Amino acid sequence: MSQDHSLYPETMPQHPERATLEGKNKFMGLWFFLGGETVLFACLFGTYLALKDSTAGGPSSEDMFGLGLVFIMTMLLLTSSLTSVYAMYHMRNNEFKKMMLWLGITALLGMGFLGLEIYEFAHYITEYGFTFRSSAFGSAFYALVGFHGGHVTFGICWIITLMIRNAKRGLNLYNAPKFNTFSLYWHFIDVIWVFVFTVVYLMGKVG
Amino acid sequence: MSIAATQKRSFGAFLWDYLTTVDHKKIAHLYLFGGGFFFLLGGLEAVVIRIQLIKPENDFISAGFYNEMITMHGTTMIFLAAMPIIIGLMNAAMPLQIGARDVAFPFLNALSFWLFLFGGLLLNISWFTGAPDAGWTSYASLALDSPGHGIDFYIAGLQIAGAGTLMGGINFLATIVNMRAPGMTYMRMPLFTWATFITSVLILFAFPALTINLFLLMFDRMFGTAFFDVALGGNTIIYQHLFWIFGHPEVYILILPLFGLFSDVFSTFSKKRLFGYTAMVFATMLIAFLGFMVWAHHMFTVGLGPVANSIFAVGTMAIAVPTGIKIFNWLATMWGGSVRINTAMLWSLGFIPSFTIGGMTGVMLGSAVADYQYHDTYFVVAHFHYVIVGGTVFGIFAGLHYWWPLMFGRILHEGMGKLTFWTFFIGFHLTFFIQHFLGLMGMPRRYWVFLEDQGLDLGNFISTIGAFFMSFGVIVFLINIIYTAVKGEKASADPWDGRTLEWATASSPPPYYNFKQLPLTRGLDPLWIEKREGNGKMTPAEPLGDIHMPNGSFTPFLMSLGFFIAGFGFIYQTDNSLWHIALFGGMAFALGCMIYRSIKDDHGYYIPKAELEREAD
Amino acid sequence: MTDNTNTNTVNAYNKRKNKEEMKKQIISFALMIGLTLIAFVVVATGSMSKMFAIPVLFILALVQVAFQFYYFMHMKDKDHEMPSVLIYGGVWAAFLTLCGLVLISWW
Repeated sequence: MSQDHSLYPETMPQHPERATLEGKNKFMGLWFFLGGETVLFACLFGTYLALKDSTAGGPSSEDMFGLGLVFIMTMLLLTSSLTSVYAMYHMRNNEFKKMMLWLGITALLGMGFLGLEIYEFAHYITEYGFTFRSSAFGSAFYALVGFHGGHVTFGICWIITLMIRNAKRGLNLYNAPKFNTFSLYWHFIDVIWVFVFTVVYLMGKVG
Repeated sequence: MSIAATQKRSFGAFLWDYLTTVDHKKIAHLYLFGGGFFFLLGGLEAVVIRIQLIKPENDFISAGFYNEMITMHGTTMIFLAAMPIIIGLMNAAMPLQIGARDVAFPFLNALSFWLFLFGGLLLNISWFTGAPDAGWTSYASLALDSPGHGIDFYIAGLQIAGAGTLMGGINFLATIVNMRAPGMTYMRMPLFTWATFITSVLILFAFPALTINLFLLMFDRMFGTAFFDVALGGNTIIYQHLFWIFGHPEVYILILPLFGLFSDVFSTFSKKRLFGYTAMVFATMLIAFLGFMVWAHHMFTVGLGPVANSIFAVGTMAIAVPTGIKIFNWLATMWGGSVRINTAMLWSLGFIPSFTIGGMTGVMLGSAVADYQYHDTYFVVAHFHYVIVGGTVFGIFAGLHYWWPLMFGRILHEGMGKLTFWTFFIGFHLTFFIQHFLGLMGMPRRYWVFLEDQGLDLGNFISTIGAFFMSFGVIVFLINIIYTAVKGEKASADPWDGRTLEWATASSPPPYYNFKQLPLTRGLDPLWIEKREGNGKMTPAEPLGDIHMPNGSFTPFLMSLGFFIAGFGFIYQTDNSLWHIALFGGMAFALGCMIYRSIKDDHGYYIPKAELEREAD
Repeated sequence: MTDNTNTNTVNAYNKRKNKEEMKKQIISFALMIGLTLIAFVVVATGSMSKMFAIPVLFILALVQVAFQFYYFMHMKDKDHEMPSVLIYGGVWAAFLTLCGLVLISWW
């Protein structure tokens, strides 16, 4: 028997991402990975909270952080979370082109976020001379926010690879789990960002 | 392919088969031999340490070299010997025990192994240029000031090996959740499978802390950040917290799988259902749960304050309760059973008193006030060797004897097995029991020499003699392996009159697809139920059909090689920026492999029904 | 085969179900944006004292994250028991880690 993962309209399962064993495994595996990522980021948050007042005479969070930029970044990332929800909505309805469109928007919003983050870091370095070597606070700040940024970068590369690879193939039971795992990962990045803007920027501004 | 089939082919084909395999049974072999190699290396280091301490003010090795020895002994034994061998046993038995044809992610499974092997090799290459010398914990304040590249090798090696372990944990979790055969509910899983599940949860939550900690240390050492640099406001206590948030669950990662294994061994060789199965499962969970909340008992003398110390002391002592439940359940399993004592059972019987001693000294150490006396003395060394050797190593030996037929199709020689056990058992107690008293008399751990006439001479001498006994035991075991491979007794599919599904396959070792038809589980100890009811073998849960199998792949090897090269780049880029080529080249190569894997469709292949019918059993 | 996949013929029941789900997700999104706005306004206007603002910010973040997990990532659906167990396990381990690093690393 040949391997046929294509979706036939009459047999379209309600959850194409979990219709095969491989899909189920990917789905579970990614969730478990996110459980581990929770601890990974908790360690970075913990380190940041422990070191956030160790400015060694350099600039502190209250001196540097501006809320405007962070607000725009937050909106970009939150919206990208919604667009990836839209993509998954179209995946379940077997509307490949619309799914790709929304995923493309997700990637663009992610890139926008990343651009602003790079601009922000560059701003701190040039304006305040605030690097990851200047103080323990600097190290912890760049480690935490940079690690999140690294995750965003990885996510963007991931989705672009997936989109290019599957552009001409349409949706099937082999690639539906791949799109779905990306979407879960992307939501998780958003979850982390919610804590980053709350703990680092907002609480940093409050004092 | 069965071993017999592979042996007929050329060595090159055999090697290529193992380099590209994604079969959990072959990956188990790789883990066992990889882990076994590092076990011998770590054992050699232990013997060198003991020879150095055989007499007062010995100058067998230099002080610096001694520091490298103790660091590498601990690191090697924990990360590169005990854990891989345990993961090897999990790979060998767990998918079979739940009636699965492979793990959830066969490709990742291979990747986990190659990452571990390359990480371990990277770490051990440091012997040629100066090994890490800040203890296996590599506390930041000390590690930051260590000259040379030893610590950098430690960081890079463990980072790579740790990533592999984390993937392995996720893989096992997904396997157990998704791939249990029909009828195999959670509460019908053998205890070893349960232990694998819970251990994987621990790996999943503990290893990220190590990953981050190693990253922080790496940035401080290589890129000039200030996490642990007190002058810039850093705090080295963060390193200790993160290390033990990882490190304490790690010791349960080392022991829980063997608890599961002992449960299977006791019940098989007592011909009885495991006593208190449900209690055993929940005790395992409770140990794992409590195990996450007691990390600061490694830091009592740091000065966390009486409140924190008390909380962690109480938590630590509480772990004795579920562990006690387990000990009594094992005893009750044997009680009234028709006990058959062979080598696997001997190791299990030897484990109970040995581990209990280790557990009791653990409660003593858990008392925060008393710990000020014990801290960093040989009492601690004796304690953790009693639990890790008396628990983990004994368990590994029991598991090897129990599952050797399953893994290699032959039964290990009983006489040599018993000789190994008795010499190792006696040597173990000779080596470590006396160390409790050396510790109480004030001998600090990690010291290069001790002085004459302080009451430490005889104890250390006895301890070293014990180490020779253990070495002898291990050498006999190696001979046993070779002897068994050449003319060992061929095993039937079910050599021990087993109870669980790993003995319900067509042959030992099982065919590469494990089960022709997935078995139907009708209760705890499924094979035993079928035997009791006169069927003798499992009822199939599905009609005979095509079997889907994953394709082998060389990508895991190449990807790990990429990280290995990048590891060198990271280590040496501080000396010469040309090493950035290795750093970026290695990373790019590894990522390239990842992309290749991502875009290349790998649907696996099917074993046609007709071929399965031809292989009638 | 691939031509078929782009034709949009999912059965009507599933389609309506997906649509209802989408509606809920848009409401969640609106709430999340609202919560974010409140959090930023609290800080920007400085209308609350520090002692009060930090717990409020933290609760706002938690609620928002719950929406992400339960609606965007479908953790409320069935077949998500194991993911929930592992995520809550991770949260528990994360909580302990944070306690360790925040409460007892400086004395």
